[in-house]
Amino acid sequence: MNRYTQDRATRPKPTQNSAKFASALLQEEGLLYEVGHANTSGVDLEVLTDQPDRLGSLARTTPTGLVGLSEPETLRHYVRLSQRNYAIDLGLYPLGSCTMKHNPRLNEKLARLAGFADIHPLQPVSTVQGALGLMDQVSYWLLQITGMDAVALSPKAGAHGEMCGMMCIRAAIEEKGELEQRKRVLVPTSAHGTNPATAAACGFVIDEIPANAGGRVDMAAFRAKLGPDIAAIMLTNPNTCGLFETDIKEIADLVHEHGGYFYCDGANLNAIMGKCRVRDLGVDAMHINLHKTFSTPHGGGGPGAGPTVLSSRLARFAPLAFVTGDRATGFALAEHPEQSEAAFGRMCAFHGQMGMFVRALTYMMSHGGNGLRQVSEDAVLNANYLLARLQHEFSPAFAGTCMHEALFDDRFLQGTGVSTLDFSKALIDEGYHPMTMYFPLVVHGAMLVEPTETESLHSLDQFADTMLELAKAAKSGDVTRFTQAPLTAPMRRLDETQAARNPVLTWKP
Amino acid sequence: MAEIYYSEDHEWLAVEGSTAKVGITPYAAEQLGDIVFVELPDAGRNVKQQDEVAVVESVKTASEIYAPVSGTITANNEALEDTPETVNEDAQGAGWFFEMTLSNPEELASLMNKSAYDEFVKGL
Amino acid sequence: MRYLPLDDDDRAKMRDRIGVKHIDELFTDIPPSARLDNGLAGLPNHASEQSVERHFSKLAAQNVSAGSASFFCGAGAYRHHVPASVDHLIQRSEFLTAYTPYQPEIAQGTLQTLFEFQTQVAQITGMGVANASMYDGSTACAEAVLMAARITKRNTCLLASGLHPHYSAATQTLTHTLGVKTTALPPGIGRDAELIKRIDADTACIVVQSPNVFGEVVDLEPLAAAAHAQGALLIAVNTEVVSLGLLKSPGEMGADIVAAEGQSIGNALNFGGPYVGLLACRDERKFIRQAPGRFAGQTVDADGKRGFVLTLSTREQHIRREKATSNICTNSGLCTLAFTIHLALLGDKGLRHLAMLNHQKACALADQLGAIPGVTLLTPTFFNEFTLRLPANATEVIEKLAAKGILGGVPAARLFGPGVMDDLLIIAATETNTEQDMNDFSTALAEILS
Repeated sequence: MNRYTQDRATRPKPTQNSAKFASALLQEEGLLYEVGHANTSGVDLEVLTDQPDRLGSLARTTPTGLVGLSEPETLRHYVRLSQRNYAIDLGLYPLGSCTMKHNPRLNEKLARLAGFADIHPLQPVSTVQGALGLMDQVSYWLLQITGMDAVALSPKAGAHGEMCGMMCIRAAIEEKGELEQRKRVLVPTSAHGTNPATAAACGFVIDEIPANAGGRVDMAAFRAKLGPDIAAIMLTNPNTCGLFETDIKEIADLVHEHGGYFYCDGANLNAIMGKCRVRDLGVDAMHINLHKTFSTPHGGGGPGAGPTVLSSRLARFAPLAFVTGDRATGFALAEHPEQSEAAFGRMCAFHGQMGMFVRALTYMMSHGGNGLRQVSEDAVLNANYLLARLQHEFSPAFAGTCMHEALFDDRFLQGTGVSTLDFSKALIDEGYHPMTMYFPLVVHGAMLVEPTETESLHSLDQFADTMLELAKAAKSGDVTRFTQAPLTAPMRRLDETQAARNPVLTWKP
Repeated sequence: MAEIYYSEDHEWLAVEGSTAKVGITPYAAEQLGDIVFVELPDAGRNVKQQDEVAVVESVKTASEIYAPVSGTITANNEALEDTPETVNEDAQGAGWFFEMTLSNPEELASLMNKSAYDEFVKGL
Repeated sequence: MRYLPLDDDDRAKMRDRIGVKHIDELFTDIPPSARLDNGLAGLPNHASEQSVERHFSKLAAQNVSAGSASFFCGAGAYRHHVPASVDHLIQRSEFLTAYTPYQPEIAQGTLQTLFEFQTQVAQITGMGVANASMYDGSTACAEAVLMAARITKRNTCLLASGLHPHYSAATQTLTHTLGVKTTALPPGIGRDAELIKRIDADTACIVVQSPNVFGEVVDLEPLAAAAHAQGALLIAVNTEVVSLGLLKSPGEMGADIVAAEGQSIGNALNFGGPYVGLLACRDERKFIRQAPGRFAGQTVDADGKRGFVLTLSTREQHIRREKATSNICTNSGLCTLAFTIHLALLGDKGLRHLAMLNHQKACALADQLGAIPGVTLLTPTFFNEFTLRLPANATEVIEKLAAKGILGGVPAARLFGPGVMDDLLIIAATETNTEQDMNDFSTALAEILS
């Protein structure tokens, strides 16, 4: 037995004071399969003039089972469903480590220009010089912000970018003929789950480094783990406790001295733009979540993009495909292994998340270099303001100021009968999305609050007032307000135990 | 009459002669919360003490189960595949995980008896 | 700056409350030697909405968009007409600006649409279950191979001759680090069944694409039978899911896992991304437990009301860490929504009609182009894409076509590298092509080749 649930109930308690959620603006809505019909279609298509069959006797003979909706029904079904979602545009979304900032609509508008949205990845390169030029500009901005030497644009999300960086590291180790002996990757206990999962997928063995009492890498433990079998360290900076790793340069130097590489998880880049460059911290590879730092929308779980910046030690291992050439001579694409002998391979079809590049570059240019620095300063200021307002009623996990997110543990709830989970669910009834909870794992009952720079002072104050009021309520014994929460959401707490024990993953007639 | 041993990994071991039945303790089942899946070792597998042999999952966690002693797996509790909740309801009875033969009974000395385990849990 | 609500008065008040005089006091943990006292060099300052728009409009104008040309490119990305309501709905704030639905009480919109998505994907592929999406078809393919290796506890994999070479390359890159040995059979038309004789007792899976990269429709049944006879799995790949409206589903033909690119439904070409990977498999515990990515599942709330949650998460990185089935976290959320809405608009009837319309156009175009002297149609069966042998270098031909406003397909050499298939051209036709487009194409091609 190695991990416990930290008292995290996954099955709702029997209802005491059930409040039926009913509202004139929130109608009941069934599944597509309950509102749709087998013979309905909401699309007018050109009339068939011929029904050829060159399908080699492989024509479908059975219906798919799909149902259809007319266009008005479609709008109504999905608008009704949309109203059951919380969203940044509705309110503060304090999910730590997720950077839920405002998504400018200019990004959306420009990504939909036909010259970007309606071009094919395999058109002749002579017909997509603007698109390749745009990718070149995205690269330029990301390299200026990080100070690194190269960037691989093709990774499709943060975890895919981690894979890209770790594959580059693996390729560099392999080139030196050290793949057999360098197998160990150091990962702090506080890391995102993707870090160990990525290192394992790249064939490495994970060795966890504990955090010290201050929430940072325990340097003594780290030093003790160094040796000739070290492939890399994967470190998030600022880390998942919202703290800058003060010993980061020493960590980088020591890993390098031992022949290893420094992978930095760039999930929290939003805190340090224009304040420092990761190159100067000794980083060899780092992915950048365009859907966090550069405001491309999260879309209910994607799509993202994870361009990965590389140091000169790793640059030539970058995967296919990538842009070559320049504006003067014309841009081209390296797509075949013979165009880059050192490339570690290919991570996906085509060349990356163009739609996200347009959005991210729109955002970067809108802010400019000076604006991006202001973004980081305001993100850090907002988090520290919340920390200052909450610190006496809550229990900050670590002393001192934070970077872009503030971490609390559940000591302030001790003896109240209210858990971190209950507290989070009660926030829903106050009109807020809960903060990240039970992560990072190094803190008991963690609550990780990241307001981002796009909240106004008024909005921060409202949120702080709500949080303080809830903390007082919990301490004053108003337990059912928490254990029964949420009462005013479209759904009460859901039975996750039943969902996992008897999985129902598709609708069945 | 079986003799019951306990491990620091919260497993119980009911030993009769050179065979043993293994499961997790009620304390562990309680800590894990609602158990939703148990992955069991196949019969015939040889294991060494502390090898990972099974996985027990709640909604939010997955925990490895280690062989409390060395030996050979002889049977597993297939019923848990469809009714993992049995582990919550009767951890030390119908919620057993697997049976094994012991290849090195001396390893039992590294385990605890009931009162030692109860003390161990109190100290957590 | 228009995206930053704080003004200098606010900032001063807040610093007071925090107890710092200067913002830099909050950044003192940065090692002094790494601090940028003057910000970022080499970047312009902030820009108005209007000036940013101007910059991008210029860049966009340097590209030839599909809609401004006669357009026949496919090879893994297809141009279809997406109804206006799809794009409108996915831009609803509640969908666009929501996070992954980890708080199900206030994310039923996303969760229910994911459940609908999973059901639709299972239905069109003929499989028992589907997950909540992967990045794209190629990464779905790689993950399917890893999944098959875990299920069979074997580690060799055969990639068919007609598998898209990007899929093949991505699969090799993303699986070799875990000890999976992939063998890609030499590319070629009509050769997919050749891998049957390579299947042995060590084979975890075979990966076969239909319609394949050349457009051929492949009968998966004998391949499934051959794989199953050796205890191996069949992974069926599909890069043009509109075809599933007209073709026997992979599930019906015995596929164990389906990895597909869902871009064709609901999603624009976007120069290659974002797209939406589909991953479907048998409805069996050993398959589902080894599957990568997220699943939405049905359950009830405290009042007994039906609702949906993310489930079976112990497979995933945020819980299982280094033992997760995949490192995937963010997937293709909003693209799945576009897929689901478009497919809800189509329904069974619309999808079949759309598929037949594609087939009809492609058959007509193949006949027209195949009649040009020196041109040979190499794919006797196809859905909406086929391969021609030209009496000339295909890469040079498409450059000449482009000069005439025709984006005339994808040369095989673009995919496989120059050398062996320089005279092959892969051409797709969809419902977006008019008779005029097709006439212009055949006239121009005949001229260029004469």
